[in-house]
Amino acid sequence: MTTVRDGRGKRPAAEPGTGPADGPARTSARPDAASRTAGDDAPSVRDLRRGRHRDVWGMVRRRLLFIVPVTGLVSAGLFAAAKYSPFDPLVGYLGTRYMTTTEADKAIISEQLGLDQPWYATYWGWLQDLFGGDLGRSRSFSQPVAQVIAERLPWTLLLAGAGLALAVVVALLLGITAGVRSGGLVDRAVTAVCVVVQGLPPFVLSLAAIAVFALTLGWLPAAGLSDGGSDPTAGGVLRHMLLPVVVLAISQVPWLLLAVRESVVTSKGEDFVAGAVSRGIPTGIVTRRHIVPTSLAPFVNIVGVRLPELVVGAVLVEEVFSWPGVAGAIVTSARDLDMALLAFLTIGTTVVVMVGSLLADVVVALMDPRVSTDG
Amino acid sequence: MAVTRITHLVRSVAHREGNIVVRARAAGPVLPTIALGGVLALVACTTPGGSADGEGAAGDAELVLADGYELGGYNPVAGFGAAGEAKMYDGLVRLTGGEGMPGFEPALAAELPTANDDATVWTVTIRPGVTFSDGTTFGPEDVVATYEAILDPASASEARSSFDMIDEVVETGDDTVEFRLAYPYAPLVTKMLIGIVPAEAVATPGLAAESTLNSEPVGTGPYTLVDLSPDRAVLEANEDYWDGAPEIKKLTLLYVPDDNTRAQRMVSGEIDGTNLPPLLANTFEGKDGMTVTAQTSADWRGLSLPTNNPVAGDPAVRMALNLAADRQSMIDDVLGGHGRVAATPYPEVYGEAYEPDAVFEHDPARAEEILTDAGWVEGADGIRVKDGQRAQIALMYNSVDTVRRDLAQAFASDALAVGVEVDLEALSWDRIDPRINTDATLLGGGDEPFDPDTQSYDALSSVFVQPDVGSVYANASDYQNATVDAALEVGRRSLDQAERDAAYREVQDAYVDDPGYVYLVFLDHTYVSKDAGWNMSGPVLEPHAHGVTWGPWWSLQSWTRD
Repeated sequence: MTTVRDGRGKRPAAEPGTGPADGPARTSARPDAASRTAGDDAPSVRDLRRGRHRDVWGMVRRRLLFIVPVTGLVSAGLFAAAKYSPFDPLVGYLGTRYMTTTEADKAIISEQLGLDQPWYATYWGWLQDLFGGDLGRSRSFSQPVAQVIAERLPWTLLLAGAGLALAVVVALLLGITAGVRSGGLVDRAVTAVCVVVQGLPPFVLSLAAIAVFALTLGWLPAAGLSDGGSDPTAGGVLRHMLLPVVVLAISQVPWLLLAVRESVVTSKGEDFVAGAVSRGIPTGIVTRRHIVPTSLAPFVNIVGVRLPELVVGAVLVEEVFSWPGVAGAIVTSARDLDMALLAFLTIGTTVVVMVGSLLADVVVALMDPRVSTDG
Repeated sequence: MAVTRITHLVRSVAHREGNIVVRARAAGPVLPTIALGGVLALVACTTPGGSADGEGAAGDAELVLADGYELGGYNPVAGFGAAGEAKMYDGLVRLTGGEGMPGFEPALAAELPTANDDATVWTVTIRPGVTFSDGTTFGPEDVVATYEAILDPASASEARSSFDMIDEVVETGDDTVEFRLAYPYAPLVTKMLIGIVPAEAVATPGLAAESTLNSEPVGTGPYTLVDLSPDRAVLEANEDYWDGAPEIKKLTLLYVPDDNTRAQRMVSGEIDGTNLPPLLANTFEGKDGMTVTAQTSADWRGLSLPTNNPVAGDPAVRMALNLAADRQSMIDDVLGGHGRVAATPYPEVYGEAYEPDAVFEHDPARAEEILTDAGWVEGADGIRVKDGQRAQIALMYNSVDTVRRDLAQAFASDALAVGVEVDLEALSWDRIDPRINTDATLLGGGDEPFDPDTQSYDALSSVFVQPDVGSVYANASDYQNATVDAALEVGRRSLDQAERDAAYREVQDAYVDDPGYVYLVFLDHTYVSKDAGWNMSGPVLEPHAHGVTWGPWWSLQSWTRD
């Protein structure tokens, strides 16, 4: 997590946008701060940027190293938790036959599947396979884990990537508009809609979208990758992904948008904005050059940290739109305690969230010089 | 009670991930059905053809069906197609359809199997000249290998328990195989529906769930799998099929997990058929070019009343609850009319083996009389009490099954009307396990409905009262009735059909005088299909499992068009 030190970061640097806003009091608190407008011959902006980049790289290296013990802990914790969870993996394995399988046969099956082993033995076996390049086999899907992932992950990346991109663009445009004129008509309308949408489960949104756009208007296909199970084509997939992508984006927009709006409103009240306004800088420039850049940092952070929300949204949207993605596999593998698949997906998600929040921090650190690089 | 509540809370947290999906389904029948109903009305007058723009599925000799069940897992050794519904495989025998109880006809067997006098050794002659989809020739060694693989502990086969009467399967000649049994077993032919795989595919012992057969099935069946992805399985007709090449040349199965989405894709005209829950299927009733099919099944729902429970074990309470249950209104309200009243595990389609007089009338007044006569008198709060024991029963049901939940609720209100309090608890199976012998459970059955023995022996025989015999769910009530036991054994051992039928009628007579469960309903499985002018072979009695391998499509390999 990066921390914004409110202008007192240990390596403050000049930034054209915020420079003019810094009042005399702050400048004196940061004697080394270079300010173009002040015209000092302090180190050039380029030098400071270079130092900044070095710090950011340091942060990236430290965090990447940090990922190793975290994934180790998470995976060990997962195997231990699975062993002590109230779920019986035989329920998932046997399905409807759970009720008709004799206790003697359940014991045989447990033994064959290694369910009676202590968790660290299962974990150790899994680790050995993993480092031997074998991801293991998924009991739930009767397939190698690598195949389950390879067949499904691309579809989820496509759906979630497009959905998130769309959500971010919409959230930025509307959030800034609403935040800048907070309390105005647009703001009140947008906030109200957000609250309503946030209360709607994605599957209701999905079914409503299918009912309106696929069935009533007939503009778009209802679900799946292709019509009637024909071979998927690029154009066909594009048409089929439109509804799920939009629904996923809509389900993600509210919290993104409200976060943008909130930080825009906060930035608006800051001294540097008041200073800029008092010096007669036009509102449009204050918004573009002063408010928006400082508001983006917390927003980028939120996108990084709340990736799990996106995964949950994807689970529901994929189910309703019969989208053959990996999100449903997370639920299935967790329910069945299909450890090989569950471990891969959990660790994958952990790494994605950690890398996502690292990327967000890098972007924030590069965007906002006041942010420290946790070194 | 407080403890139960906390357990529920903990569970609901623990199940959060699973519940996301469950909730989506659970809400299905209520809100979206209404929404869909409205949409259907709209669509009916605007876009009857819908937005399907692929090759028109109707008109060609191909079908596109949407299934709510995950695709893949096509290994018979792991229990796939145990009732003979697998399109890529053939069993030694196969079902003949039509109204009533299905019969059996030889498939990979050349003729129906024959038994020795005490039904412990069964001989099967193998059909000559049949080849697997990989080109190899089918022979007796494949039969032996398939059954041995199912029984091999190393396979960890889900279907193992179902075959536990089989001691060994031996090749006794170039074209004969002998099944040697651990005990006399008259309905062995029901265990010969499962698909046969090539011996080479199971040559190495190993987990059935990890076999390549799951995604690359090799069988002798009317179809072969040509493409499998997470959302789609494409099957093509086997042009060399020993029973003649199917007229439907291509069958595409789509995995569409959400019930409402399947309904919507059906409305859009993009698919030729799908399985839907009864209330959703009813929204298609009367729609042009669509047929709603309700297939009879032996898929029962009912509740156990454990003997050890001081309330549920009381014969008067057991009888009274059977009379108090308003089964017809459960069918009308919960199942949208698609079901049949159950008094015993034997449905009416069993014909000669069914006893028409063995039924329970819905008679709450008589129920109250029985309870009062037995000393259960109404307390101040309307709940009956006997010797300080309150007439209160906990009824557990599997939390993911909304039909069980709705039936349990309906039953609880019927029981309350005669002064018996039924407290519902939604639990996962592993939570139900340890309490199965002390509290009532909403159960389902009918996994193997093609013989009265497979349908009822586990539920009613007192053999399973012993703690280590069978599954904990076998005879969950710990029901003991000497007449029932004796007749069940006759049914299991006798090779004389008339004697068997009489034995099962005797079971039903004895059971309704001394019930140990409350059997509620048999579900009808509902399907919607697009009309395309095929001559179908008629319905078949369906087991517990359903999906588009059943329904009107169970015999699509034999469909013809003029």
